[in-house]
Amino acid sequence: MTAMTATPSAVQRDPALRRRIFIIITALVILWPTMVVSEFKPWILFDEQSLAATGRFLADFLVPAHDTEFLQMLVRETWNTVAIATSGLTLALLGAIPCTLIINEQLSISALGTGRMRPVALAVRQTVRWLMVILRSVPELVWALLFVRIIGLGPTAGVLAIALTYCGMLGKVYAEILESSDAHASDTLLANGSGRLAALLYGALPEAASELMSYTVYRWECAIRGSVVMGFVGAGGLGQRMDESLKAMNGAEVSSMLLVFVALVALADQFSKVLRRRLG
Amino acid sequence: MPTYQLQDLTVRHLGGRSAPALQAIKLTIEQGEQLALIGPSGAGKTTLLATLSLSHKPSEGSFNAFGADPWALGEAARHRLRAQLFLAPQTPPLPPRQRVVTAVLAARLPQWSVWRALVSLFKPEDPQAAWQALSRFNLGDKLYSRVDRLSGGERQRCGLARLLLSPAKALLVDEPLSALDPALSELTLTTLREEARARNATLICSLHQVELALSHFPRIVALRDGRIAFDLPREQVTPEMIAALYQGEQPPASKPHDDDAMAVKLGVGACL
Repeated sequence: MTAMTATPSAVQRDPALRRRIFIIITALVILWPTMVVSEFKPWILFDEQSLAATGRFLADFLVPAHDTEFLQMLVRETWNTVAIATSGLTLALLGAIPCTLIINEQLSISALGTGRMRPVALAVRQTVRWLMVILRSVPELVWALLFVRIIGLGPTAGVLAIALTYCGMLGKVYAEILESSDAHASDTLLANGSGRLAALLYGALPEAASELMSYTVYRWECAIRGSVVMGFVGAGGLGQRMDESLKAMNGAEVSSMLLVFVALVALADQFSKVLRRRLG
Repeated sequence: MPTYQLQDLTVRHLGGRSAPALQAIKLTIEQGEQLALIGPSGAGKTTLLATLSLSHKPSEGSFNAFGADPWALGEAARHRLRAQLFLAPQTPPLPPRQRVVTAVLAARLPQWSVWRALVSLFKPEDPQAAWQALSRFNLGDKLYSRVDRLSGGERQRCGLARLLLSPAKALLVDEPLSALDPALSELTLTTLREEARARNATLICSLHQVELALSHFPRIVALRDGRIAFDLPREQVTPEMIAALYQGEQPPASKPHDDDAMAVKLGVGACL
């Protein structure tokens, strides 16, 4: 007690304080030029002109556009978007299902009893795996840009972009869902001499049907969102219209379109729920 | 020609240099023979059945099924041989969302083309045969139920009804009675033996109920610690031998994962 009152300055000064102040100043000195280089000027958001524009844009949101001509266009483009997502996903499934069959290790006949696959089987599986990694590591937006360059503006580019990326995703996740579900039924079928496809149909699929289904519907939902983003680069659908409305700062139209997205996602959600209940 | 000829067979669990699960197994089983496999938990009954069904490769010794060494055959030929051997695991291998009729007809998958298998998923190909097989286990009324609506004992009998539809020449049955009451146990064993006799199939059945094994099967093979303790006609099996076989059996709490033909896969990978 006496020692503390004798040296009050030693108690009050935090030994780490000087170091902390130094670090903050250094960080500011280093970061300042980066802010200058990147022209980071947040106060622009709050100058009078910007505030007025933002205000108008947001005020427009309150009353979504609803004149007949616009609504007709909206319905047509929504249908277009749903069609892009659905046909893209269908094409993706055509590629993903065979790939799933190939890379699924649970259905390996050569591993039965030995726990070891034939080198050829292993090599084929690995090749298909790499192919799917390539397909899904390129974002769908990049595929869309590529196809817009090749085949021109329009929904075909969006469909192809979704098909390629989603083929990689669906194949991988399907295979993983199947591999992590209970293998007892399909193993027994294989052990009793069934073929791979038969074991899949009678053993693995009924075991994992509901997970596979809900993942597919979720991906359809993602494809709708994806097709909107791709619309911004000219791949057709609702996205392309939204791009135009955004550039024209037409808040009412953007607002209507956003409402349509919410409705589509809610629809997908409901659909998935009903299907799951039927399968459950 | 004998169904099986095993000479000095050693079987290890897959993945790992662990102690052998089966050692020095010497066994000759003639076509049409019926035998019961008894022994304490973890003695290797399930591993032996998995080996006999070609779903587990032995590591040493000679192994012949229908006069050929299956592990010397090509993969396709070995897989065709698997269709001659029917393994009914202790846990019925039935997906919960499948219908009973589909699960039973799955016995015919090795003979079906993929197209027939697909069509049968939509409209069952031979519901009459499935119904007859189920009726022999008192399950005829469950033909179009879903598997997850069945009780444990019903599922077990449903798995055995699949066996009746399989054209296999050797029937390997793992603990078919573990979920059944005494009356159903009698019915089940009688049905299995009748079926095997009717088509001159070899029947190998692992059992925990020694009295039932002795009353139904002419030949008893006893396993203990992965070795054959005795292999005798039932007349020569004495109560002392049975007592010695089960002596000092470990309490069930510490028994290894042995109640599932496919459990050999469990040793690989991480667990939660």
